[in-house]
Amino acid sequence: MKILVCISNVPDTTTKIRFAAGNTSIDTTGIQWVINPWDELSLTRALELKDDAANDIKSVTVVHVGPASAEPTIRKALAIGADDAVRVNAEPADAYYTAAQIAELVKKDQFDVILCGIESSDFNGSLTGGMIAEFLGIPSVSAVSGLKFENGQAVLTREIDGGKETVSVPAPFVAVVQKGIAKEPRIAAMRGIMTARTKPVKVLEPVACEPLTQILEFEKPAPRAACKFIDAENPGQLIQLLQNEAKVI
Amino acid sequence: MSVLVYTENWDGKFKKLSYELVSYAAGLAKMTGSSVTAVSVGNVDQAELKSLGDYGALKVISVSDQNLSVLDSQAYAAVIAEVAARESADIIIIANNNAGKAIAPRLSVRMKAGMASGVSRLPVSLNPFTVYKRTYSGNAFAHMVIKSPVKIISLAQNSFDLVKTENTAVVENVAVSVDSSLVKTAVKNVEKQSGKLLLTDADIVVSGGRGMKSPDNWAPLVELAELLGGATACSRPVSDEGWRPHGEHTGQTGKIIAPNLYVAAGISGATQHLAGISSSKYIVAINTDKDAPIFEAAQYGIVGDAMKVLPKLVEAVKEIKK
Repeated sequence: MKILVCISNVPDTTTKIRFAAGNTSIDTTGIQWVINPWDELSLTRALELKDDAANDIKSVTVVHVGPASAEPTIRKALAIGADDAVRVNAEPADAYYTAAQIAELVKKDQFDVILCGIESSDFNGSLTGGMIAEFLGIPSVSAVSGLKFENGQAVLTREIDGGKETVSVPAPFVAVVQKGIAKEPRIAAMRGIMTARTKPVKVLEPVACEPLTQILEFEKPAPRAACKFIDAENPGQLIQLLQNEAKVI
Repeated sequence: MSVLVYTENWDGKFKKLSYELVSYAAGLAKMTGSSVTAVSVGNVDQAELKSLGDYGALKVISVSDQNLSVLDSQAYAAVIAEVAARESADIIIIANNNAGKAIAPRLSVRMKAGMASGVSRLPVSLNPFTVYKRTYSGNAFAHMVIKSPVKIISLAQNSFDLVKTENTAVVENVAVSVDSSLVKTAVKNVEKQSGKLLLTDADIVVSGGRGMKSPDNWAPLVELAELLGGATACSRPVSDEGWRPHGEHTGQTGKIIAPNLYVAAGISGATQHLAGISSSKYIVAINTDKDAPIFEAAQYGIVGDAMKVLPKLVEAVKEIKK
């Protein structure tokens, strides 16, 4: 069995977002780029599954659609433990375009399990995973917080409103994963960092695909009014304000 | 041309979110000069289906098929695409929730329809078709153009007010052929709490952070939430410690919520936490540190120990409920 983990290269989640070029892009000055948090959890789970010999997982490959500047993020994934990587050499114009590229790779290299994070922390789309599956005509399970194999069959836990469901789907499939899939992201050990340098990163040129969406400009969220402070000795005043001023209770 | 809205049901019932979606679709139909058709999948009775008309759906298409008893994203996308084609829908509205996130991306590829998710307002412009959507986990918003002839929008929950209309919906029961070989998801087990207010549906949320010191101190927080008819939530460290269930974790990697009132007790307000709550209409912060970042996001603040302040708030709410 071969697992493919899709990774997105995003600004560290504590980054203060600033814009550039007349608000049409973000200002990348000083940004620390990281593996999208949910993708990092998917990678961790893929490696945990591979560690258990009973699962008979031959390889964990990471794929990224993006320019060469994303190489450090890809190397980080290799340092954490992925066996090899593929980079599709193109700007990820939108989710549709990105999914088309990854679907093409899956068609060629025949992966059995494709893992995607439930969203990327930059565009918050929750789109790429489901799109890959539809391009390939294979099942997808979303909001997955657990993945294991029982007698070679994938067993997934997915979040539903008010609880969770255990489901199974035949491979190949896409699992769109969220919190819970792995406890903590795995951290690269020194040995991993050393070996990552020599692991293969295959660079593919993109297939033709017309993106369907485009971001024209960004704006900051509307500023909130300054905080009104209420004396800790008289919190009843807060309840009055919530009732009469904000009218929310 | 029409605006098609997918209205999920929960055990045969719609909820506020369903009517928000229909109200949004009606607002959009008014802008584009078209009409709203809702599509419902599963067993929902006539009165419930007709209730979508109260918010502007002229037609309600009800599809029920035993192959659709399990949420299989591939099968659901195929069914909604078929209805969309039948209705010549050029805009499709869906919720940005668990089911919406499972179905909509597949629908997008199937119909070659560009999609914007987490939209919180009516389009900024129709030509080019530009929507306002959340990016960078709420730290920025983007004006996104959808270029394809058919467009899909997923609406952020609690971002659009309900608008009642004087309107009667026509209900059509439609048989859509569902290829059973398409349904590949088999459900083995379901663990579900019914009857409990969902965190994502709650208008009022009372949430606790590490400043609550110990899981034993939660009683006044829970009581306040109950008195206000709200739900309880927590910050990530609290769920990681196992003080509260994981389902209560709000923040970037947990649940993203947008209640009318969010009370943060003993939460400092790290960027990742704010990413999950910044769309709340009002935020109240209670924290001992007057410089905590949560006060920058809050409209009302109390500098004090949450464990001492919460019981007093409980008393004050009881007072006004008398």
